[in-house]
This record gives sequence, C-alpha cells and structure tokens, in this order.
Amino acid sequence: MASLELKNIVKRYKSQTVLDNLSLTVADGETLVLFGPSGAGKTVLLRLVAGVIDPDEGKILIGGEDMTDVDAEFRGVGMAFQNFALFPHMSAFDNIATPLEARHSSQSTIKAGVESVAKLLKIGHVLSHKPRALSNGQKQRTALARALVGAPPLLLLDDPLRNVDAKLRFEMRLELPRLLADRGATVVYVTQDYKEAMALGDRIAVMSQGVVRQLGTPEQIYREPANIEIARLFGDPTINLLDVKPARDGKGVYVGLSNVQVHLPAAYETAVGRDCVIGLRPEALSFVDAGAPGAIPVTVEAETPLNEKIVTLVRTVRGREILVSRPAGAPGQAEGKAHIAIDSKSALLFDQASGERIGSKNVVSLRNGEAA
Amino acid sequence: MEHTSLLERILRGVALTLVVIFFMFPIVWIFMMSFQTNETILRIPPQLVFEPTLANYTALITGKLTTMSGTLDIAFMRNLWNSVFLSTTSVAVALLLGVPAAYAFARHKFRGSEDIAFTLLSFRFAPALLVLLPLTLYFQKLGLANTYIGLIWVYQLICLPLILWIVRGYFEDIPADIEYAYRIAGHSWFATFRKIALPLAGPGIAAAGLLAFIFAWNNFVFALVLASADKQPVTVGALAFITSSGIQYGQISAAIVLSITPTLALALYAQRYLVEGLSLGAVKG
Repeated sequence: MASLELKNIVKRYKSQTVLDNLSLTVADGETLVLFGPSGAGKTVLLRLVAGVIDPDEGKILIGGEDMTDVDAEFRGVGMAFQNFALFPHMSAFDNIATPLEARHSSQSTIKAGVESVAKLLKIGHVLSHKPRALSNGQKQRTALARALVGAPPLLLLDDPLRNVDAKLRFEMRLELPRLLADRGATVVYVTQDYKEAMALGDRIAVMSQGVVRQLGTPEQIYREPANIEIARLFGDPTINLLDVKPARDGKGVYVGLSNVQVHLPAAYETAVGRDCVIGLRPEALSFVDAGAPGAIPVTVEAETPLNEKIVTLVRTVRGREILVSRPAGAPGQAEGKAHIAIDSKSALLFDQASGERIGSKNVVSLRNGEAA
Repeated sequence: MEHTSLLERILRGVALTLVVIFFMFPIVWIFMMSFQTNETILRIPPQLVFEPTLANYTALITGKLTTMSGTLDIAFMRNLWNSVFLSTTSVAVALLLGVPAAYAFARHKFRGSEDIAFTLLSFRFAPALLVLLPLTLYFQKLGLANTYIGLIWVYQLICLPLILWIVRGYFEDIPADIEYAYRIAGHSWFATFRKIALPLAGPGIAAAGLLAFIFAWNNFVFALVLASADKQPVTVGALAFITSSGIQYGQISAAIVLSITPTLALALYAQRYLVEGLSLGAVKG
C-alpha cells in the first residue's frame, strides 16, 4: 500500500511548460482519475510518477518516501500504457511475467502468478500467443495483467481503454472498479472519457494546460464544475449554455429566458447585473403544460434516443437551441409548440468573461444513474 | 488483389524477364567464362557452346598459374582467407562499438550528440585517397602498416558509420513506451537494452552488418596501399592476374565466382531472417 504525493512539479519541454507547479495527493488505496483533453499533461504526469522521465522541479513521494531521483525499476509501480506497449517478440505469458522475472522469482512462482492474473482477466487461453496474434481486447488485458501481476502498491493506468472497441470498453468499465478495489492498490487512472472518469474515480482531477483546474468527487465535478469548460466536458448530452444577465425583483434574483422570469436561488445575489452564462443540464429541463408556472414556450425540432434517455432539440422564441433529456419510456412530446420548465435549483451560473462558476453551494444530491 | 487481364500478365512477365536478363547476364557470362580457357574466351565471335574445363579453379586452388611464359605463384586462397578474416573481424568490431553507440544516439539526447553522430557519418564523405596518404605515414610510424590490426582499424571508417546510422534508425523506431514498460517492470537499463532493444532492432542490425560486410569485402584502395601481398584481400589480389603474358580472363572469372560466393550466400541467408523479423506489427493497437 502506498500513498502518492506530488509537490510543486514543474516539467518543461524546450520553452513549453507541460506541468506548471502541480501538487496532488492520492491517498492510500484511493483511485484518482486524471481527466482532461489531450495535451493537458496527464500522460507526462504519469510518466514522472513511473520514473521514466524526470521533473525539472518538485518532489515525488510514494508511500511517504522521496522517489524523485530513484530509477524507474526501483519504484515498484505497475503501469499500463494507452498503446499497450507489449513486447512484440515475447509471448503473452512472457510479457506478463516480466515484473516477476525482475524479482528473480522461481519458475513455479512466476507460472502461478501469471496464470492467476490471466484467469482473472480471462486471457488464460491465449498466453502462448505473441502480441500480434492477439485481438485488441486481449492485448489490452495482457497489458493490464502485466501491470497487475506484481501486485504493485501503486498502479498507473494511462487510458488503457482508449484503443479498444466500445463494447469492450463498456465491459471493462464495469469490471475494472471491482478489480482495482480487490487489489487494494492506489490507482492513478488517466482518461479522456468522462463516463470512465465518473465510473472509476474516487476523486477526479480535471487537468488542462498542465494545471489541475478542479479536484473533487465525481458528484462535485458534475454538480459544481469550476468553470464552463469542465461543465461542458462532463455530461452527455452536453450542458445547455445561454448568455444571461441576472436581475433582481421583489421575489429575488432572476434571469430572463424567452421573456419568462426564472428565479434563481438567493446565493446568486452577487451575479446581479453581470454578464453571465447560465448552464442548464438537459435533465434539469422538462416538458410542462402551457399554464404551468415558469413555462417557457419552445418549438420541438428533433428527437434522438441516446442509450437510456431520449434527447429532444427544441428552439426558443429567440431562436436559441436547447437540449432537453428525459428517461427512455417517459411520455414524449409531439413536434411543434411545447413548453419547458427549468429546475432552477440545479442551474449553474458562470461569469461570461472568465468562465468561472459563480459561487453557490446549493448542491442537490445526484439522482442515481443520471451521471453515468 | 486487383483483377488483371491476361494481356497485362503477359506484358508484366515479359518486362520481368527483360529486367532479370539485363541484371543477370554479366554474372552468368562470368560464370561461363570461369569454365573456359583464355583462347575460347577471346574467340570472335563469342560462342555459347564450349568444352568446360576446371583448369582455372585448379590453378586458383593450387596457387600455380601456368602461363605461356612459365609458372607463376599466386596467393589467391590466401587472399580469399584475408578477405574473409578482415571483413568478418571489421564488421564484428564495428557492431560491438556501433550498436551501443547507436542506442545512445537514439535514446539519449546529450549535448553535442547530433554533432558527434554527424562527424562519424562525415567519414564516409571524405575521399579515401585523401585520407590514405597521411594515414600511411602514421601507420608506418606506429608500426601498424601491413598488419591485420591496422587494416581492421581503417576498415572501421567504412563499417562504423554505416552501422551506426542504420541501427540508430531502427532503435528510434522502437516505441519508447515498450522500453519504459520493461524498466517499470523492474529491469535495469542494461537488461532493457539486451532483452528489448537488441532483439527488436535485430533485423536492422543484421541488415547493417550485412551491408558493412559487403562494403568491407569490396574495399580495394585501403588494402592496396596499406597491405603487402600476404595481407591482401581478393580485391587487391586480383591484380596478380594481369601478367606479363596477358590478362588471365579465365582465372579472373573463376576468382570472381569464388569471391562473390561468400557474400552471396550471406545475403541469401540473411534475407530470410530479415523478412521474418521486420514485421513487428504488435506495437500499435
């Protein structure tokens, strides 16, 4: 078991700063997901922890021990690569066995170790194959087995599901959390897929341009994104973003949407009079009858089933396009005129200029299954 | 496969045949000449039908060259042995030095690494004759003239840059992640070099070694200047066939046949290995 601590890490390539004074702590046994667009520095960060590249500044502590200047082979971490990085000239068995061989384990220990992890990952029948004879899914499992076989206290997984097909990715997304929990290892998991991040992470660190923009539980990231960018990255269909200018009347703070006043929680008092962007999750919108309070007239444009929900594209009277989602099976809405209501408690307000979310602590608990 | 018409296939066959004839003709002609006497070779017009003789080969192997003006000693077998020894040892030394150097240049960008690599390559640009004169003087001072060690050393000018630059490319083609994975698994950098980099660059190393061998084998001018009769390779030794009583075409042909046999055999053997190893294929998903 090992915690991981990164202190003020700086990494530059030529004049470009890839990681900018980054500090991060991963508790023993925790799974931290590094999420962000490509070029955010996630992979570089993982490699720094693994010890195959060195930071320009800062310290890396594994299990409380300073590992900054320790060579990769002595750090005792396990790592799975996005492109699998299998040894093409070795069989799957030999690939998986390499961490055990490095410890000079006996042949029987190696055999037992490889076979048990292979069984766990359901690749027992292809152990004699060379990597080129394996399917993508088998390659990915072999790479994972190689990372797991030595039972490393710290596991680094660099987008291991990136290069496998959608079906397998779904399967592994279900399988991995249990697999990782059983191992009890501390895990740093890199991904660009927000669903993977939500499904696997105890906490998620959202990175962009070498900086951690937000660190929190999946629920926090989804419910209280630090800025517009993060709000846009998490959630499918994407959050609706509309330019608004909050105002105040007798009943409190409100924004005008299609000439209807939508009142916001009192915590948004500070936003009055500023140019803002309101973020409305598609599931926070619902179709209502014309007479309902706060009903906004819209025109239904198109409807698309998306897995477990149905997404409707509607157009407001001002011509702005909005996505509304509802669980599959819920009563539909005929094309043409309709009305929607906003669950204003879950509305997010961002500053238009900076993109930062305007402070509000009205987190309503995440309804089950909505995020995933 | 694309569908090809009969006409296209015939035309392709004809074109291939022409190319093969064009390239193979000199070799076949030399092969035939090696079984003829000087008289039949020089007959005009040349004739395809002749009575084959092994006299040229016996002369080479026994080392007794019989000409109109008497019997001459030739050291052809000795020369052939010199060629084999010099080329093999040179390539072995070049591989021993060049492969680790190539790995260093491929994987570690240190200050001046590009300059050093380029300087090594530039040895190939320099005209050999320009280098030879000062080299001869130095070698005579150092006592390296007319020694195997001296020759092998000079042959590094041919072999080392070639191996360094070809093998470096092969090392660079190995994804760094594969080596990282082996390091992270707990192996030292040297184990990674031996167990991962070397096997994966194997075909490249073989190709470079083969090329270096051929270049070393075909070298003429270094050995001509720096070696005397008992150290000379076949390329220089062939001069002995230009005798006072004329050029011994039959023996020259036989000597060529004998001297291209090792390189040809090596190339054929290595080709099989090269094709087998070149398709790594399992790196990317």
